[in-house]
Amino acid sequence: MIQLPQPDPGVLSRRAAIVAALNDALPGAVIDDPAETRAYECDALTAYRCPPLAVVLPRSTEEVSRLMRLCHDLRVPVVPRGAGTSLAGGSMPTEDAVVIGLSRMTEVLEIAPEDRMIRVQAGRTNLAVSGAVDHLGFFYAPDPSSQLACAIGGNIAMNSGGAHCLKYGVTTNNLLGVTLVLMDGSVVELGGPMGEAPGLDLLGVVCGSEGQLGIVTEASLRILPRPAGARPVLVAFDATETAGACVAAIIRAGVLPVAIEFMDRPCILATEAHCGAGYPDCEALLIVEVEGTPTEIDEQLALIRDIALRFDPIEFRESRSDDEARRIWLGRKSAFGAMGSLGDYICLDGTIPVNALPQVLAGITDLSRRYGLAVSNVFHAGDGNMHPLIIFDANKPGDLDRAEALGADILRLCVEMGGCLTGEHGVGIEKRDLMHVQFAAPDLEAQMRVKDAFDPHWLLNAAKVFPLDASAPRRERRLNRPADAA
Amino acid sequence: MRPETEADLAQIIREARAPLSITGGATRRWPGEGAAAPLDTRGLTGITLYEPEALTLTVRAGTPLAVVEDTLRAEGQMLGFEPAGAPGSTIGGVAATNAAGPRRLQLGAARDALLGIRMIDGEGNIIRNGGRVMKNVTGYDLVKLMAGSRGRLGVLTELTFRTAPIPPARVTLSLPDLDAAAAIPALTLALGGAWDVSGAAWLPGRGALLRLEGLAGSVAERAASLSARLAALGRVEQAEDDPWPLLHAVGRDPALETWRILCRPSQAPAILANLPQPLSLDWGGALIHVALPAGSAPDLPPFDGHARRVTGAAPGLIPATDPVTRRLNTELRARFDPRGIFEGCD
Repeated sequence: MIQLPQPDPGVLSRRAAIVAALNDALPGAVIDDPAETRAYECDALTAYRCPPLAVVLPRSTEEVSRLMRLCHDLRVPVVPRGAGTSLAGGSMPTEDAVVIGLSRMTEVLEIAPEDRMIRVQAGRTNLAVSGAVDHLGFFYAPDPSSQLACAIGGNIAMNSGGAHCLKYGVTTNNLLGVTLVLMDGSVVELGGPMGEAPGLDLLGVVCGSEGQLGIVTEASLRILPRPAGARPVLVAFDATETAGACVAAIIRAGVLPVAIEFMDRPCILATEAHCGAGYPDCEALLIVEVEGTPTEIDEQLALIRDIALRFDPIEFRESRSDDEARRIWLGRKSAFGAMGSLGDYICLDGTIPVNALPQVLAGITDLSRRYGLAVSNVFHAGDGNMHPLIIFDANKPGDLDRAEALGADILRLCVEMGGCLTGEHGVGIEKRDLMHVQFAAPDLEAQMRVKDAFDPHWLLNAAKVFPLDASAPRRERRLNRPADAA
Repeated sequence: MRPETEADLAQIIREARAPLSITGGATRRWPGEGAAAPLDTRGLTGITLYEPEALTLTVRAGTPLAVVEDTLRAEGQMLGFEPAGAPGSTIGGVAATNAAGPRRLQLGAARDALLGIRMIDGEGNIIRNGGRVMKNVTGYDLVKLMAGSRGRLGVLTELTFRTAPIPPARVTLSLPDLDAAAAIPALTLALGGAWDVSGAAWLPGRGALLRLEGLAGSVAERAASLSARLAALGRVEQAEDDPWPLLHAVGRDPALETWRILCRPSQAPAILANLPQPLSLDWGGALIHVALPAGSAPDLPPFDGHARRVTGAAPGLIPATDPVTRRLNTELRARFDPRGIFEGCD
């Protein structure tokens, strides 16, 4: 079980006064009825819940600034929230925290196709960013699978990825600038043309800082011309290791498809039962997608076919129509839904060097047997970002604990093989205490110093990212010096 | 001082009592930098890991850029961000200055290819951040913070980069009759379509330049289609030589006072209107290099971005940094280097 720190009793005892001050600052934007704050008690890591002290839904940078200054002066913790789709508990509240939600900040502020840029309020959803430039022939590249719901502000906080990162990079590579409100209410513009500003790369460190350095209220994003077309192929293998080796060979050959997705047998069986995509009977399959004009696509796929055939696949399935392409993607796109029908699951997010895939897959199989819990693999193989799904039964006493322990062992294996704990979901509360596996004390200390510079009182989303024992001295300093002179 | 190991380097920093200027090949200095006693990183050399099939390379910071590039070329790979090199350039300097060439449009700058670092802060602590995988959101991204930090927070000792395959085919289209301002619409048109342009620049005497790379058939197809679209803007030729290395030398001539202006491409024509003919445009017009008389500053209309004097006697930055950004820079420096050992400028 994940530990949660004790709420600040000093804040809880001032609850009524704090809510009154919030209402004065932003009438009509404050939610404090426990029946309503429950809607904000968790994000997509639903096993952990805690209703906040209050929720405020501002409409502008100025309003966020006003709220932040107030909470700072009252020494009240703040938890920022985009759309609440974090799988890591990144926007999970604490009992003593005010949630500042971005759901009323969804405007498009500027579209500049000649600068290949769009500027939006940070509560706008990822898909609605692409939607705003679609008619101009452009799109926003990072595409996390929650893109229909997730907010750009959350994408920036977690440095979200998606299926097409192999070619286009993740959020940080597509972010040109932000308006950031610091905990003390000051407002700063970071970034600039090409994402660059004089001095230290503050934009670079804010992206992926999980809402611990400030609240992003507006963002300038790089948009790209939509490719002429895209086409997937499906390659089926009789061993997971062979599929892993084929991925490494494709990358070594210098072909960079936009996506290489991997599914193993348990996942294939589940999706077949769920949506009947007609996948072959095999141990593992790859979906490789390339982009461009028909000539470009043919040229790239010919190369990929040559490489794949060297690994003696059971089947190399090409798509000759939009419908065939859709059927190739169908099983992959419904994989998470299909896994959900098997039982409860934990979705891991460890990333490994691509050439370690065969070894790590074998290691996961061993661990799965040892714990007696099924693990199914479906992930972005091209960039080594694995998503092992651990299937368990939440109603069975002890099963969640066992599943969490297995997950921790799989992540330890990823780190041992040269990888990391999380490739795109973030640390949040979920992987916070595993940070010691990847980082030594000075490594964590250096990161916490960055938070000291942005948020000296550790008021913003403080119980996340860093192991509780590592951040305790900083968090407790605040408790020992409550709301005196601001 | 030229330590040969990370541990020795850390020891030197712990014992330092006066400011140090971290120095690799000293090929990317701005005015005002390099005044303190040099701390030479060129004793820390060697490629410690290269896995072409995982597109990753780990290298010690003092390793010459040329050694890195030769090693990659032998495996058909490259640093995708195309850093300009001068004799003596080190890979540490490439990272510490966030170097980037024309391909920044497509593959980003050094910061985007840098996957992991080892560094030493101002108190001699050895710190690791990032790793060697392409997707990594584990903890804060100090890799980005250090890329381009120009030695102000610490010494980079080891770097891991994502490498890129060298594209098998390349074509450069040029519109030789366009001056700098007239080049902007041509570059914008090319970058606004699905031609996957990997370089969009302008050079005096060469005109607008557009680079297409990839598999041979695809490059030929894109070149034909883009040429047809550009024809309305001027005469289009296919370059017979490789003009892109010419951009590497821009902004390095110590005899000139060079300003580097970063702007939105749509604002470039108004900026160019008040300037003498520039030395170059790159990144579709977002980057302007221009030589000005010694001691002068460019006459700039209001714009999003900044201008910096990159060669010449004195530092120069327009506009001045805002107070909140300045405070954050100062706070970070105070925490990574509380004794003020590392020389730095704004």
